[in-house]
Formats: sequence, C-alpha cells, structure tokens
Amino acid sequence: MLALSVLLLVAVLVCAVVRPWGLPEAAVAVPAAVLVVGVGALPVEHAVDEAVRLGPVIGFLAAILVLAQLCDDEGLFHACGTWMARASGGRPRTLLGSVFVTASVTTAVLSLDATVVLLTPVVFATAAQLGVRPKPHVYACTHLSNSASLLLPVSNLTNLLAFASSGLSFTRFAALMTLPWLVAIAAEYLVFRRFFRTDLDAPVHAPRSSPPRELPVFALAAVALTLVGFVVASATGVDPAWAACAGALAMAVRAFVRKRTTVRKLVRAASLPFLAFVIGLGVVVRAVVDNGLDDLLRNVIPGGHDLWALLGVAAVAAVLANVINNLPAVLVLLPLVAPMGPGAVLAVLLGVNLGPNLTYAGSLATLLWRRIVHDHDTEVHLPEFTKLGLLAVPATLAGAVVALWASLHVIGG
Amino acid sequence: MTVVVWIADDTWQDCVDAASAQPGEFLLLHVSDVAGAAHAAFAGLLGRHASRDPGTRLDHLATDHAAQLLDAAAERLGRPCAKEARVGRVEHEVVAAAQNASLLILCRDGDVSHAGPRSLGPATRFVVDHAPCPVLLVWPS
Repeated sequence: MLALSVLLLVAVLVCAVVRPWGLPEAAVAVPAAVLVVGVGALPVEHAVDEAVRLGPVIGFLAAILVLAQLCDDEGLFHACGTWMARASGGRPRTLLGSVFVTASVTTAVLSLDATVVLLTPVVFATAAQLGVRPKPHVYACTHLSNSASLLLPVSNLTNLLAFASSGLSFTRFAALMTLPWLVAIAAEYLVFRRFFRTDLDAPVHAPRSSPPRELPVFALAAVALTLVGFVVASATGVDPAWAACAGALAMAVRAFVRKRTTVRKLVRAASLPFLAFVIGLGVVVRAVVDNGLDDLLRNVIPGGHDLWALLGVAAVAAVLANVINNLPAVLVLLPLVAPMGPGAVLAVLLGVNLGPNLTYAGSLATLLWRRIVHDHDTEVHLPEFTKLGLLAVPATLAGAVVALWASLHVIGG
Repeated sequence: MTVVVWIADDTWQDCVDAASAQPGEFLLLHVSDVAGAAHAAFAGLLGRHASRDPGTRLDHLATDHAAQLLDAAAERLGRPCAKEARVGRVEHEVVAAAQNASLLILCRDGDVSHAGPRSLGPATRFVVDHAPCPVLLVWPS
C-alpha cells in the first residue's frame, strides 16, 4: 500500500507541474485521493477527517486570495509601485530597501501568492521606469515571498496548515514568529546587498518626473481592519477565517457597486480547482504517511525542545521542501511534529518556508519544470540563482531558528 | 563592420554618447534576464493555475521596456542604426551578438570609486573577458 500511495503522490506532483493536456491542477489530485480510499490505502473516515481538517484552511486561503485580488483591482499594488519609486528617488540601494519593506509586508498580510503574482510585475515596472537594473529587485520579491512568509498564519498556505494543527491562537502564532520573521528578512537583506553589490552601485539617474502620490484609502482600511479582525477573533475564540471573509466581502461589495469586478472574476480569484487540489493532495499524503512514511521519518526528526532539536527539525523540513516541494513536505511533517508542541511545528514552518529559496519548486518539480514545461529562452540563470540560494537559505534558516528559540523562551510555547 | 552598443538599463546614455564618435554601422543591443525568476517563483507555488503566472506578464513588460529603451537610445544616437532585443543570460547574449562586430561598446558598472579586483559586475566581467572583438569600456558620467 505504501508503494501505491507513493506512486500516486508522485503522479499528483508531476501532473501539478507538467499539467498534461492543460488539465487543471485538481484533475489528477482528486481522482488519486478517491483511488487511495477506494483501494483501501486509507480508511474512509481518515480521508473524511483530513478533508474536514483542510476545509476551513482552504476557505481561509480562498478569502485571502480574493482579498488580495480585490486590493489589486483597487490599485493597492500600483500605489505600492508609486511609493517605491518616490521613496527611492532612483537610487538602486534605496529602491532595494523599499522593495524589501513592501514585499515583506505584502507577503505577511496578503500571503506569498500576492507577492509573487501581483507585486513582482509592479516591482519590475518600477525599476524599469526609474532606469535601474531590475534584477536585484525582482529577485528580492521572489525570495521574500518565501522568507517573509513567517509572520502570520495567513502569510503562507503552509502556515495555515500548521496553524490548524498547532493549537496556537492567531496572536500567539504572530508573537512567536515576529522575531524569526525580522531576523530572516534582515539576513536576506544583507545577503542581497552583498550579492548584488555591483548592480546596486550603478550610477543614479534622477527620475525625470516623480509620479503623483496615490493612496487607495478603502483598500488600506479594509486590510488594516482585517488585521484587527484577526486579533479580535483570536481573542474571542472565533475562527480568524471569518475576519478574512469579512474583509474580502467588504472589498467585493465596493467592487460590485463600482462595477470593477464580476462574480466570474471573484470565483477565478478564489482558485477553486487549486483548493480541490490541496484537499486531494492532503488525502494522498495522509495515505503515504499512514502506510509507513511516519515510522521512517520519526527516525530522522530529532526529539526534545532545545536549540539543536529545533535546528534539526527545521533542517529536515528544509531538505524535504527542496526534495519534493514545501506543500507536500508540510503535510507529511505536521502529523509527526504536532504532538511535540508548537515549537517543533513552528520550526517545521521555518524549514519549509525558508528552504524553497534554494530550488523554489523543490528539486523534482524544478527538474520537470525546466525539462518539460519551460521555454528555454526565458529560463532562470541556474548557477547564479543557486549561488544566491546557498548564501541566503542557511543564513536565514539559522538566524530564524535561533530567533524562534529565543521567542519560545521569552514568550513561552 | 558593425559597432555593437550594449544598452544596459542604467548606463546606456554613456555608451550611446561614446558610440556617436565612432564611424560605421550601429547595432543597439538590449538583453533582458528577469522573467525567468518570476516563472521559477510561480512554479514554486505548486498547483496554482497557469493563467496567474507573473512571468508571462513580466515577459510582456520586459519586451515593451526593451523596445522603449532601444527607441530612446536610437533617438539619442541620432544616426541610422539597427536595434535588437534579446532574452536570456545577459553575458552570453552580448558575446553572441558581438560575433561579427568590429567594436563592442559597454559601460563599466559597480562602484567607480573602488579600485582593484572585482570592480566590474560578473556579467560585464564575462563580456570583457570573452568578447570576440575589440571592446570599448566606457566609464559612467
């Protein structure tokens, strides 16, 4: 049963990357989930458990995805571009600083999807308009979508999954992760300043004109109130997903009234096939774990709560995220570390969130993606990219784990 | 014979000004290399729908940006010239474009006040080392 489950998991992952015949992401994951239950690799009640556990998580994610898209429609990301352009005055180093601030806040509050999908093109356009080399700034965006996704449960799907099984409240999660988040961003900044120093030393051409200031008040207020909603919901024992839904709903009503969106656009922003994919993947991973992978991994995951144990857990998570991908990696590791307490769960998150800056999609997916999917004309410069990852990942990971260890001591797990 | 002028995003004005003193035909060259990073980052977001890939938007933005930059460079040069926008690893593309050139004009980068080793960026260093023709290395003004 383990062999069959692993085979199905590989099929799900391969198809998610390759998308044979343009099939949607759920087209293989959902039938594979049905199959593992059908052949008895996973009892029906366990599959139902998994779906019930994942349901609210993906509902939360859908609300955040819709909120981010509506913020984009409202001009929030364009305004970020204008702010970065004005703040930098065409100076590459200052622009890098403002990209770091914008990308870190965007990732933390509106999730890494928003940074990769919505902010990256804005950052490129801003650098191009200023006559600054775009590479360090675009790379900063893509790196921070991972390394700045530590702060809140909403920052990354991996966090939402861990949050559901950690037993932590929203505010406690954020409090424990604040220091690791800051340390990871600071380490990333130092690595970028060094790695791209010749690009950042380039001469400054003062911009011919400064773009007018933009302030999308409604979007900013909606996001700020959603954050307040997370804290209030957490304090009153309500699921914080409702705060995200309320924020998305407020933005949607305004967009409808102003005829800026349609139901179709909103449904597309919610990425329903992706949500079905996550449930399908969750069920297949559960089958793999229950059929023997748990015993195997228990041998490599260190026990205990000291700094070395946290470093070990984070390292295993980072390696697994690089071998397969961080989404299946977190699904595999969570059931094993959840009984060890919140410290171990958060250490897993540091590994699976910071690790991907080495290979992004995980080696398997990257190999497939480079060989089959991608047009070689526009491929990323792999040696340079890997060198940057080899500097950034160990630095951010080690710093963030020590920071987590300190937070756990000061605040308590 | 053709004088190839590498139009870098931040120092192209100095290269064009240096080119205007040269005789011959001109090829203005721009190379873009960032869309791959966005494609790769999106591939890391396993299972998201391909229509949301920011790399595709970046491809279009980079194409428009290159065209605008080459037009501005041609206008500044004020002489007949060919324009070429390439996509890929910058140093390889520049060296390939200079295969049959009589001269390659490029601008030095990095901190100009810094003397000594590693004063050029890796891509510029590679081009200077591997260019198949004479190179005119211009200092930024």
